[in-house]
Amino acid sequence: MNLFADALSWITDGSHWGGPGGIDHRIVQHLLVTFAAVAVAAVLALPLGILIGHTGRGRLVVVALAGAVRAVPTLGLLTLLGLALGIGLQAPLLALVALAFPSLLAGAYAGVESADRGAVDAARAVGMSEWQLVTRVEVPLGAEVILGGIRAATLQVVATATLAAYISDTGLGRYLFSGLKSRQYDEMLAGALLVAVLALVLDLTLAALQRASRPTTGKVLS
Amino acid sequence: MTRTPRRTTTVGLALVATAALALTACGSDDPLSAGDGGDGGDTIVIGSQDYYSNEIIAEAYAQALEAADIKVERDFRIGQREGYLPDIESGSIDLFPEYTGPLLQVWKPDTTARLADDVYSELEEAAEEKGLEVLDQSPATDQDSYVVTREFAEKYGLETIEDLSKVTEKLTFGANSEAESRPNGPKGLKESYGVDVAFTPIEDSGGPLTVKALKDGSIQLAIIYTADPSIKKNDLVTLEDTKGLFLASHVVPVASDDLSDEAEGIVNKVSAAMSPEDLVDLDARSVDEELPAATIAKDWLEKEGLL
Amino acid sequence: MSWLEANRDYVLDMLVQHVRLSVPAIVISVVVAIVLGRVAWRWPRVGTVVLGTASLLYSVPALPLLIVIPVLLGIPLRSGLTLVVALAVYGTALLAGTAADAFRSVDGRVREAAEAMGYSRAGLFWKVDLPLAVPVLLSGVRVITVSTVSLVTIGALVGIPSLGNLLTDGFQRDIRAEIVTGVVGTMLLAVVLDVLLVVLGRLATPWRVATPTGGAR
Repeated sequence: MNLFADALSWITDGSHWGGPGGIDHRIVQHLLVTFAAVAVAAVLALPLGILIGHTGRGRLVVVALAGAVRAVPTLGLLTLLGLALGIGLQAPLLALVALAFPSLLAGAYAGVESADRGAVDAARAVGMSEWQLVTRVEVPLGAEVILGGIRAATLQVVATATLAAYISDTGLGRYLFSGLKSRQYDEMLAGALLVAVLALVLDLTLAALQRASRPTTGKVLS
Repeated sequence: MTRTPRRTTTVGLALVATAALALTACGSDDPLSAGDGGDGGDTIVIGSQDYYSNEIIAEAYAQALEAADIKVERDFRIGQREGYLPDIESGSIDLFPEYTGPLLQVWKPDTTARLADDVYSELEEAAEEKGLEVLDQSPATDQDSYVVTREFAEKYGLETIEDLSKVTEKLTFGANSEAESRPNGPKGLKESYGVDVAFTPIEDSGGPLTVKALKDGSIQLAIIYTADPSIKKNDLVTLEDTKGLFLASHVVPVASDDLSDEAEGIVNKVSAAMSPEDLVDLDARSVDEELPAATIAKDWLEKEGLL
Repeated sequence: MSWLEANRDYVLDMLVQHVRLSVPAIVISVVVAIVLGRVAWRWPRVGTVVLGTASLLYSVPALPLLIVIPVLLGIPLRSGLTLVVALAVYGTALLAGTAADAFRSVDGRVREAAEAMGYSRAGLFWKVDLPLAVPVLLSGVRVITVSTVSLVTIGALVGIPSLGNLLTDGFQRDIRAEIVTGVVGTMLLAVVLDVLLVVLGRLATPWRVATPTGGAR
């Protein structure tokens, strides 16, 4: 595949590294946007999801809501937010937070729910408070599933963070758009490959974390 | 472990997959999603960019041709130039409203032509090499231009691009990302006018987001099309391009060379009737009155006596 | 609302296009994912490779995928097929793991009983494994349905018409009503397909009386 070879040589071309528009710089930006979006979404979604999983209340409403959010086309959200907030990072960040939210929420409540009921009942029987129940039993037991949600959300966000370049000078998406618009397909494909590699590295890291979090006696859930 | 039963499973799944593919195939039979509209016959396939102003022009061609009982097929809003150009070059689209300057820059990236007639004659040659032809160019223009806000222009007394060197604060320039590598971007500004600018991409082709960024001061300088009604509406100032950074850009129909003389004549009449002011007005109706392209084109054709 | 009234035919037209792009992509994803999931369940070693590759594919951003597919397959960029293939790749990547889990969720004792009753391998698959895998499978299918419907919109960026055109056009002309129509239309379509799936799921699993909605269990 000629195109792929071109893309690889574009990446390995030393002149594309270093400086404000360099590959290294864009990778850092891309990672920062991704982490920021997932972190903000996690602060909102994880406590809510754990609460739902723990109490079993409000599940239907929140699940329906999260499903609806999942259905919102990111492009539409980005354009609406862009028109409202102007150029810069706010609009893409908000759109990415919305993107990450449903997966994180689903992971959190499914994780807590997946905690072995026997263990939960036993913990309650030995006199643990609800707070202890959540922090010492349900969350540790559900950690693998919760991390699965974080992993899914991160993967979605890191791939979609390319859209941030639609309205700001940020991230690896810049190579995609400028390559697409000026028909420099080696640059565009190089951008895509870099994003894919970044995603892969993040995914492997989170997968390792997920494996490490598996309770020693636990059964496999996904 | 016999083979036959598992094969049944596979065959079953394959059947479902085939059914799904058949569904897809039906989907792309539709004119709107056809990439391979090799229809032959007398029907003229007209395309348009995913840009409201371009769609109005295409719609005007379509209605004028239909008025002469010529069959047309509308393949509108099919993306930006990088997406649809292969379809024009391969001849699966017969007629497409284009713009002389930007199209020439794609076909001849290192062209030095800047004035309308030079650009047009170079474009004629380039089209011929592709087995296509360009019809008459219209007086209507829609070209890139540098704009600043009225307030900013008055603060530094700006009239031409050259005047930008008088600006003492940091200049950030916003435009589609391709501007960064094109001769009319930051590099061209530096080379032709000696002006230094920072660049930020805004991928809306000088649309509402660019205007918003100008007004809230996130950028000071932007590329906006001259026919864009937002220039007037937001009281923006177009800086005069004294050194020919931008190519002249007139509306021009690109056609496959098997278009009939009758059809060419009709389209040329439409082009000739469209003045630069007309195009701005048409765009303004689209943006302000939020009307569909077909309505706007019909009203204009009637006014010009072309229907 | 006046914008919607004046452009009803256009919106309906784009909605039809949207359905024609998303439904085949979803169907292909489901079929391919079931095959891959079955393989992964049957041969776990192969499965690790298959599922790993799938999740790698999922990390490729959508826009370049739309450019690369025509190059690889030799089909025109603007063909609906390009988008369908891209979406099917994502759908499959997302669903294959779930499909493997779905087959794992089937109680081994039930399978043994069925084998003892003399089911052939094919019979075992169609009459036992697949129906019993439906609940878990369905939860995954619902997720990819929603994400596929919403992802179709990016076709507008490369000239494949769908409700996504309302987003790009509304953005250029600064007609918020149009963007909102595009967003809401996409969401409604997703919801309608989702409800259809839930109904289909109920029909396919008549033995599950009074199941909780949400399907994830």
